[in-house]
Amino acid sequence: MTPQTEAELAAIIKAADGPLRIEGGGTRPIGGATNGARLSTSAMRGIELYEPGALTLVARSGTPLDEVEAALAKEGQRLAFEPMDHRGLLGTAGTPTIGGVVAANVSGPRRVQAGACRDFLLGVRFVDGAGRIVKNGGRVMKNVTGYDLVKLMAGSYGTLGVLTEVALKVLPAPQMAATLRLDGLDDAQAVTALCRALGSPFEVTGAAHLPGKATLLRIEGFAASVAYRAERLTALLAPFGALAVEDDPDVVAATWRDIRDVTAFHGRAGDVWRLSVKPSDAPGIVAGLSGVEALYDWGGGLVWLLAPEGRANTIRAGVDAKGGHATRVRGAGADAFHPLPAPVAALQAGLRRRFDPRGLLNPGLMACV
Amino acid sequence: MQMPVPNPAILSRKAELVARLRTVLPVDAVISDPAETRAYECDALTAYKCPPLVAILPATTQEVSDALAICHDMGVPVVPRGSGTSLAGGALPTADSVILGVARMNAVLETDYDNRLIRVQTGRTNLSVTGAVEEHGFFYAPDPSSQLACAIAGNIAMNSGGAHCLKYGVTTNNLMGVTMVLMDGTVIELGGAHLDAAGYDLLGLVCGSEGQLGVVTEATLRILRKPEGARPVLIGFDSNEVAGACVSDIIKAGVLPVAIEFMDRPCIRATEDFAHAGYPDCEALLIVEVEGSEAEIDAQLALIEEIARRHDPVELRQSKSAEESAKIWLGRKSAFGAMGQINDYMCLDGTIPVSALPLVLRRIGEMSKEFGLDVGNVFHAGDGNMHPLILFDANKPGDLERCEAFGAEILKLCVEVGGCLTGEHGVGIEKRDLMAHQYDSDDLAAQMDVKDVFDPGWLLNPAKVFPLEASQGRRAA
Repeated sequence: MTPQTEAELAAIIKAADGPLRIEGGGTRPIGGATNGARLSTSAMRGIELYEPGALTLVARSGTPLDEVEAALAKEGQRLAFEPMDHRGLLGTAGTPTIGGVVAANVSGPRRVQAGACRDFLLGVRFVDGAGRIVKNGGRVMKNVTGYDLVKLMAGSYGTLGVLTEVALKVLPAPQMAATLRLDGLDDAQAVTALCRALGSPFEVTGAAHLPGKATLLRIEGFAASVAYRAERLTALLAPFGALAVEDDPDVVAATWRDIRDVTAFHGRAGDVWRLSVKPSDAPGIVAGLSGVEALYDWGGGLVWLLAPEGRANTIRAGVDAKGGHATRVRGAGADAFHPLPAPVAALQAGLRRRFDPRGLLNPGLMACV
Repeated sequence: MQMPVPNPAILSRKAELVARLRTVLPVDAVISDPAETRAYECDALTAYKCPPLVAILPATTQEVSDALAICHDMGVPVVPRGSGTSLAGGALPTADSVILGVARMNAVLETDYDNRLIRVQTGRTNLSVTGAVEEHGFFYAPDPSSQLACAIAGNIAMNSGGAHCLKYGVTTNNLMGVTMVLMDGTVIELGGAHLDAAGYDLLGLVCGSEGQLGVVTEATLRILRKPEGARPVLIGFDSNEVAGACVSDIIKAGVLPVAIEFMDRPCIRATEDFAHAGYPDCEALLIVEVEGSEAEIDAQLALIEEIARRHDPVELRQSKSAEESAKIWLGRKSAFGAMGQINDYMCLDGTIPVSALPLVLRRIGEMSKEFGLDVGNVFHAGDGNMHPLILFDANKPGDLERCEAFGAEILKLCVEVGGCLTGEHGVGIEKRDLMAHQYDSDDLAAQMDVKDVFDPGWLLNPAKVFPLEASQGRRAA
């Protein structure tokens, strides 16, 4: 089913008598495919409003991400949260949509400085499991009118409602970007260096460590600023070695695209895990796991693991000992999402019953048991 | 302002309630003498007052949990209170409620500069969070004007903003985790030192829920390294339209100032008479502040100046020193005080799309004549968060009502042009009955469903946020 309008979508959900599998572009089947009839947002598309002078864009949920990014680029702006493209990692085809980005709260390396998708989401419209059309938030940057269902919808993977429209804050694209590279650091040294850089006033917008390869920082802004900050960071990080500066725009863009999309794990056998942890805990957690390969982003706060199948318990035990969570982004099993403490799981289940009383929307997805 | 009728069964059980609370709290933490509970009868929205039945001042999460469990068991409403600085009546008690003040919970629990975070008890004031980390060169970004007094608990409840949100975001963008006690006494942890939520973003849902989902006792906050420096430029224009267009052009040019403040003529005049900041005699004034190293600041201000000159400013004054910066900010920072010298005022908080600025200011001017009340506008222009200050005389019969009616019209206008009722102060009781102008019944039902899940008895912070008739069936259930 591919409704053209929000009203059609509401009618479909009201009339549904069995589970629905909600799909944007179908490029991010995280947590495994769910049962049910396919319900696609792809026909509800188009940018409805874009005001560059107000840094706001409103689009229907099925709008291809490319279309949004192209419209922004024309005005020298962008989605600052740098959404990842999951196709290479998950081996999917299709066209990523802006609604899919929001439903999975997808953010890239710049999340560490600019914030996540949810931080740029100003408003939503959605149809919940009862067929109720709901709007929340709006298209202005500051809005505390009522409860923030905008945040609740971001990252709820279509389990509370089907998004029909999203309003986003956008930001100016910088004049230039540069990558600063350190070599020869082990994981613990690298995270220490990244933390030091992120704790500086020099507005680092990317902080990644590729074990055995390189430790990388990104700075962006006006050309003079980038040069100045590169110099200051070189001095600050001198104890960790000499920094090499790369400022060819294509090379810089490719480097951070590869980090964003976890290119190093594309086409390789094994499960892929995404760990969200306190940065300084990350090297210890990785060191406690055998037979895994790790990539660090967000200054260590995000760890990508390539691991043999069936390692959920070991990985989660390692994370639980320190705090944080682990999601299996690629691989089989019903336990992709991190189990929640009982009272929090009860709240989550309660919300789900309220917004989807008949259990129609992506049943089984985000199950946390 | 309509409030629910106090429950006589609760009023009659006051002695039992006090006795039970004293079994879990120190004797001086349970206040029941009517002479003392009056201290909690209102917050900064002083037009509405009602002393609570009892006030309690727990010192730990455990004490909060124990006290809430008792109130839950006896069916007593609880009104959480930070520092009582809400302009929206967010901490207004009902006569049958217990005020739960977090003032005794003000400790710093952990500072972690490597991971750039601080963990505090939520009674700590906003400014003293920065105070705890500034000697290491760090700060906590959200900076509401009341930051000297307001508590982190209240900041989280209202998702408070401040002047520097354009660059740093509001509370929800700087809040990493909370310890929260549900109405039945259950203690939960949401978020923490890591960045993204496991499961639904309940942390994002709790932030801005006006103390109606739980009592937040501890918070993990993002701290940032202070910029190397900051300096403003002051730009005067002879029309609001041109000033609005200039704001838009600055943003489009790719500069991201840390603040863009806007004042209109009535406000400029009032502050000049009061603070003598040397502001030009003009229709509209912008203060644009940028951050970075000296050279970076110079470069950004030069670009802003170039853009502003295309709009024929009547004055353009770039700060070159700390003294000049202070002088430029002096008028803006004393704007509320200056308006208060003239008369009583009501401060509104609607947000509008920046493009609607000229239209909204023109309409406010027209309405000012219709209602016969003066109004000055001072606001955060970069993000469209307006603060119209309506002047009235509290001692003149009918003036407050006229002022409230005028304020309601302004807020409806904000919604009409694509904005919202409140950008950073919250709904509280003040804007409760306007909610239906922004949200239809399904929109409100979805929000109230959340309340049902977290607090099925509707005991936490009663009579706020939702119109009473809309919540009637749920409260009675």
